Amino acid sequence: MENRDTKAWLYLLPAILFLGVFMIYPLVDVVVYSFEQGYNSASQSFSGVGFFNFSYVLRDPYFLQALKNTFILVIITVPVSTAFALLISVALSSIKKLQDLFQTVYFLPYVTNTLAVGLVFMILFKRTPYSDGLVNLLIGWFGGEAVDFIDGPYWAKMFVLCFYTVWVVLPFKILVLTSALASVDRNYYNAARVDGTSRGRIFRKITLPMISPMLFYLVITGFIGAFKAYSDAVALFGTNLNAAGMNTIVGYVYDMLYGNSGGYPSFASAAAILLFLIVLTITCINLLVKNRSAKN
Amino acid sequence: MKVVLQNLTKQFPGRNKQPGVTAVNNFNFEIPDGELIGLLGPSGCGKSTVLNMLCGLQKPSAGRIFFGEEDVTDLPPEKRGVGMVFQNYALYPHLTVLQNILFPLQNLKGEQKLSKQEMTDRALEAAKLVQIDMLLDRKPSELSGGQQQRVAIARALVKMPRVLLLDEPLSNLDARLRLQTREEIRRIQQETHITTIFVTHDQEEAMSISDHIVVMNAGVFQQMGKPQEVYDDPVNLFVAKFLGTPPINVFDGEVRGEALFIGADRVLDVPGVRDGAVTVGIRPEGFLLRDGGALRCRLKAVEIMGRDKSIVAENPACQSPTIRAIISAEVSCDVSQTEIGFDIKPQKLCLFEPESGARIRFAAK
Repeated sequence: MENRDTKAWLYLLPAILFLGVFMIYPLVDVVVYSFEQGYNSASQSFSGVGFFNFSYVLRDPYFLQALKNTFILVIITVPVSTAFALLISVALSSIKKLQDLFQTVYFLPYVTNTLAVGLVFMILFKRTPYSDGLVNLLIGWFGGEAVDFIDGPYWAKMFVLCFYTVWVVLPFKILVLTSALASVDRNYYNAARVDGTSRGRIFRKITLPMISPMLFYLVITGFIGAFKAYSDAVALFGTNLNAAGMNTIVGYVYDMLYGNSGGYPSFASAAAILLFLIVLTITCINLLVKNRSAKN
Repeated sequence: MKVVLQNLTKQFPGRNKQPGVTAVNNFNFEIPDGELIGLLGPSGCGKSTVLNMLCGLQKPSAGRIFFGEEDVTDLPPEKRGVGMVFQNYALYPHLTVLQNILFPLQNLKGEQKLSKQEMTDRALEAAKLVQIDMLLDRKPSELSGGQQQRVAIARALVKMPRVLLLDEPLSNLDARLRLQTREEIRRIQQETHITTIFVTHDQEEAMSISDHIVVMNAGVFQQMGKPQEVYDDPVNLFVAKFLGTPPINVFDGEVRGEALFIGADRVLDVPGVRDGAVTVGIRPEGFLLRDGGALRCRLKAVEIMGRDKSIVAENPACQSPTIRAIISAEVSCDVSQTEIGFDIKPQKLCLFEPESGARIRFAAK
């Protein structure tokens, strides 16, 4: 028995070493830094221990702005993108002609380079000396007032960011949901049809429960992904996100480490821990909801 | 409700320049009201297609379907009033047994709409009929195969269908449960008097519980009749071969001067049959062991099966490597001898055209 235990540990050793050095040690370190006041990585010194970093970060208007931005982003994009993905995949699986073509079209954004996507959004939204962008052109046709989406009012910028995020995460969700829909046994639908079930009821009572594990997976990973948003904002508004008022929590962490105001690993750690706690809470709530609905 | 199939045909279009497939070819038969019908045929012969057309999941390419006097060919499934039990039961895994049985009732709209109490009453009634009323709160995954089968039947029965359709209802059950469940299906059918059609490739299953069986092959209707009639009086070689375990023994024979020869042996007088080559089918129970009997065979083995004996023998004229004859256990058989003789019971022997397989009838003495 002991021999077998030794063997088991031996087999696990590479993974444990790797995870230990690159995951667990840094994680513990971040927790430690977040409680060390004024930690300096060059001199490896700090001036005190306590909740100072947290109280600083929580009072920092840039962090509060980033927190607000992130929450708005999460609350809007996760439900919207999941609902859209569901709608599109149901439509995709109910058409017969050219199904493969449409599936490819909807999956293209997933394999498209971020910079190319950024360029497209520039053309759509950016105001240049020559034009106001395609979207403003459309707004103009309908008699609306041109809006500066990149440097203009907060809601316009937030709209672009949400739009961008939804657009970027959509392909993967569609992919997952179409395969989930395809894996539902046709016999359930046949049985329901013979029993005279309306299409709406088939969708609500059979399709949705059957693909609900995948939906929950998408919602949970969607929440986590949206809370970690950063690169999308950079692609749209450049690196100085604080100035644009469009920073996210991860962006704040990055700025605290390396950005213009950089060199505060303690504050960065505290912000990172706060993000971790938020994501943990949301995920726990998600799992609770899932378990409760599974019971009913 | 009597069910009439009129020139029913289903063609599936070919893909990639392949020719299309005719799954069901010009079916004509009438199922009397309140009967249990076994639709029987080898795998892939179009049985399930017939069932799918009856319940409306597939549209026929040609022909009509009538329930009683009503033409239901163009009606969608929900307007036909059919209950269907699928091969894998198709119970909704996220719903309890009760919710599964209630499901068809909750679909009812307009005048047919039932109150909650009525729905529950009817679901309970259906559950009692199939004896699963103590399992109502379970999920399908918590049930055995046989119990799932009963839930599926209850779900099909709860809306009081005019016709009940069962697709291979016993194929997912083990041998013992299969025996029990087929009796159960018989009982439920007799209690409800709902015209029931069930599809199977297992001839024993079909013969044991059906009022009538319909044999089909490669999309073509072969024969319909009471199980015993079809077994005793098959219209062609296919039906003769398909029914019966052990299967019918098939020989190449010849008719000369109104007498049937198998090899050099003159087996039987067949008055009225023209001279020429014939295919001879003899049921395993059609052999009578007798020294110096008409048909001489080489003895290979005797298998004791308790109730009766199975004699395995060889004959060069036989189309299969061995002949299997079933005789009563009391008849003694000398295992040491190499050659044995059989007399043939004329009513257990059928003649067929060698080419078409069509039956050649003769007046047995």
